[in-house]
Amino acid sequence: MKAVISVTGKDNVGIIAGVSALCAERGANILDITQSVLSEYFAMIMLTDIDALQIPFAQFVDELAAFGRQRGLEIHTMHEDIFNTMHHI
Amino acid sequence: MLNTADILETIQMIRQENLDIRTVTMGISLFDCVSEDSNRLCEKIYDKITTKAEKLVLTGEAIEKEYGIPIVNKRVSVTPVSLIGGAHSPDTYVQIAKTLDRAADTLGIHFIGGFSALVEKGFTDAARNLVDAIPEALSVTDKVCSSVNVASTKAGINMDAVRLMGKTVKQTALLTKDAGSIGCAKLVVFANVPQDNPFMAGAFHGVGEPECAVNVGVSGPGVVSAAIKRAGDCDLSALADVIKKTAFKITRVGQLVAAEAANRLDVPFGIIDLSLAPTPAVGDSVARILEEMGLSCCGAHGTTAALAMLNDAVKKGGVMASSHVGGLSGAFIPVSEDEGMIAAVSGGCLTIEKLEAMTAVCSVGLDMIAVPGDTSEAVISGIIADEISIGVANTKTTAVRLIPAYGKKEGDTVSFGGLLGYAPVIRLNTASPEKFIARGGRIPAPIHSLKN
Repeated sequence: MKAVISVTGKDNVGIIAGVSALCAERGANILDITQSVLSEYFAMIMLTDIDALQIPFAQFVDELAAFGRQRGLEIHTMHEDIFNTMHHI
Repeated sequence: MLNTADILETIQMIRQENLDIRTVTMGISLFDCVSEDSNRLCEKIYDKITTKAEKLVLTGEAIEKEYGIPIVNKRVSVTPVSLIGGAHSPDTYVQIAKTLDRAADTLGIHFIGGFSALVEKGFTDAARNLVDAIPEALSVTDKVCSSVNVASTKAGINMDAVRLMGKTVKQTALLTKDAGSIGCAKLVVFANVPQDNPFMAGAFHGVGEPECAVNVGVSGPGVVSAAIKRAGDCDLSALADVIKKTAFKITRVGQLVAAEAANRLDVPFGIIDLSLAPTPAVGDSVARILEEMGLSCCGAHGTTAALAMLNDAVKKGGVMASSHVGGLSGAFIPVSEDEGMIAAVSGGCLTIEKLEAMTAVCSVGLDMIAVPGDTSEAVISGIIADEISIGVANTKTTAVRLIPAYGKKEGDTVSFGGLLGYAPVIRLNTASPEKFIARGGRIPAPIHSLKN
């Protein structure tokens, strides 16, 4: 299963490092990253393979969201299928 | 790789525009629970519901978390109870309602529907006993929803049932007077009732349905409203396209959740109900969509046309997104559950006559409308008869869910809490239709040629 991690908020140092470290720690393999900064607004989309996740997916979602809250970022982690079904026929 | 803009659009729809799955409803057949012993009957009903739907809430929550989309309600609908209650007395029907309520509590679901009777042509003894039990049943339970189908395009209108429902609604209001007559918020009178509707209060698991099925109701008025706003000053052809595309996206999510829920619960997928279902929350209103389309206030002249276009575009967009469509499928216009409708009624722009006209072109009918507590039974029956006629003549579902709020008068407000919202008590035409209603009998089924 693949999950999309979206990170949005005010840009600061170490966002990618922090999210990546958490992914590595929990066994989520990063497949692709797109990232941009528009007038201090940071947006990153990370596609991850979570088949080898060491914790339940729900807990992973919560941990990432909590990490985001500490840094003033919004982090949503969702199954990739919701995006595929909505935007691809 | 997915497109960043698409991903951010989806997240914005969910986080800022209130996109959610309004309900995952499991339909359960109770035909095999029939018993002449009332205790045995209730025991079998309780066991069957709590076994079949045991994992409904947990599964719903797991899907919610995994896909990041809120599933607001998890519900159960059952075979119309009048079809399985046989010759039991009204007291036993009340006992069945309590059993359904107890099962709903055990499961942790929000509502259970199916305390229902189908009487479009006439009453069986069982249906009569069930209807007699409705006021008490709704006053001693919290989660049980009841519906009565009094008419169909093929059978015509059972006016004896219309008369009886006027009385039943009033009595339910009286018995639940301490809670704003909330019992009436859980009681719907239908014409052409759908057999697979996942939305309350009218949900039940119809006679042609499988043993068990998962039906899903989508939502998303906020998403449609935001899309219309972004579209700016385009003409109505372009606007219809915007609505269609948005409805497609909303419904695709519903389809995904429905397929996933059916798979995990190991139950067949039934239908997606393509309804724009509002909530009392700001930014989740169908009335505000109509206003975004260009009306100064919902209820202004032009409202019926705008709603007809909205309803049609939602269906066109949604149909392609889903493998099976059913239920009520259309825009809902419940007054107390829609922040914009509440404001329009409070401001005097939206009247019950306009609401009635609007129901000719959209889903459901006169829904969640608080009327003065001293409204006569005959006037309530008259409102029901009018609304039901619109459904029968136009071969569509219509329904009436009125709350004659005990002790309240025009201009007062009644609050029901949660998704049921609050409603200003609307002005009614109180001229009496009593003699017409008292005639009883049946209004014959309409002719379907010579269309005028």
